Amino acid sequence: MVKVKVYVTLKEGVLDPQGKAIEQALSTMNIDNVNDMHVGKYMEFILEESATENDNEQIEMMCEQLLSNPVIEDYRYETEEVVTA
Amino acid sequence: MRFAVIVFPGSNCDTDLFHAIRDELGEQVDYVDHTETNLAHYDAVLLPGGFSYGDYLRSGAIASFSNIMPAVKGFADSGKPVLGICNGFQVLLEAGLLPGAMKRNEELKFICRPVELIVENNQTIFTSEYQLKEAIQVPVAHAEGNYECNEATLESLQVNNQIVFKYKQNPNGSTADIAGITNEKGNVLGMMPHPERAVDQLLGSADGLRLFQSILKNWREQNAITS
Repeated sequence: MVKVKVYVTLKEGVLDPQGKAIEQALSTMNIDNVNDMHVGKYMEFILEESATENDNEQIEMMCEQLLSNPVIEDYRYETEEVVTA
Repeated sequence: MRFAVIVFPGSNCDTDLFHAIRDELGEQVDYVDHTETNLAHYDAVLLPGGFSYGDYLRSGAIASFSNIMPAVKGFADSGKPVLGICNGFQVLLEAGLLPGAMKRNEELKFICRPVELIVENNQTIFTSEYQLKEAIQVPVAHAEGNYECNEATLESLQVNNQIVFKYKQNPNGSTADIAGITNEKGNVLGMMPHPERAVDQLLGSADGLRLFQSILKNWREQNAITS
């Protein structure tokens, strides 16, 4: 059993309107040294038994088909073993 | 001619579409629930606007995995007309029936107002009743209509004449002012503006009605040849 943490962000070069708006808000707080703000999504879940032999294969399939939209988004993920008592 | 209006949880323009087809176009139309799996009895499939599954994850993402979607894909593959409006367009993008993706509007606001569209291609089954380069008035109502695609996709859209509607004044930051595109074959149209909200002068414009009339006319012509 593993805990999976998935991070989805807009691809580099894809203009991020939300990031831009946050930068503007920061500049009204007189914080002007922040650039390239990107807003993304964080998802986590427990993967019990892998349907495929390989956890990564299943996670990547999930990321590519549903959790992210590969046209505009990139994803990365981390896994950690969950030890149950 | 028989139309199907697919109803997802959170669809909210299904009734407007139903009204446009039954009362303004004068053709047969049924609501088809997202749990259904068969579209064999229909001549055209319409995916309405709204907020399917509350726009969770991404607009249209969850709906694109509904039980009905394999039938919609099969329907599109067979060459019959599929029209996705607003959230319906987003579902078609997520399902891979049309290229590209939607982002939040440039100004991050929900935009709800009539806009002018330019008909960029009137040689489709959806637009044959319009003049080329005609300006028509149709309302938009969306927060995520900022169409995005890579350069290769944009080039192929242009080369194949798949850009059917452009905004006269871009309201949302959409790439190349794109308001509506078809697939390569030309039988699947996705558009952010709402033609079903522009089917009678009482609504401010009847320009949207000709889109449905185009579908009907082309269906009649095709059926006259084959039967």
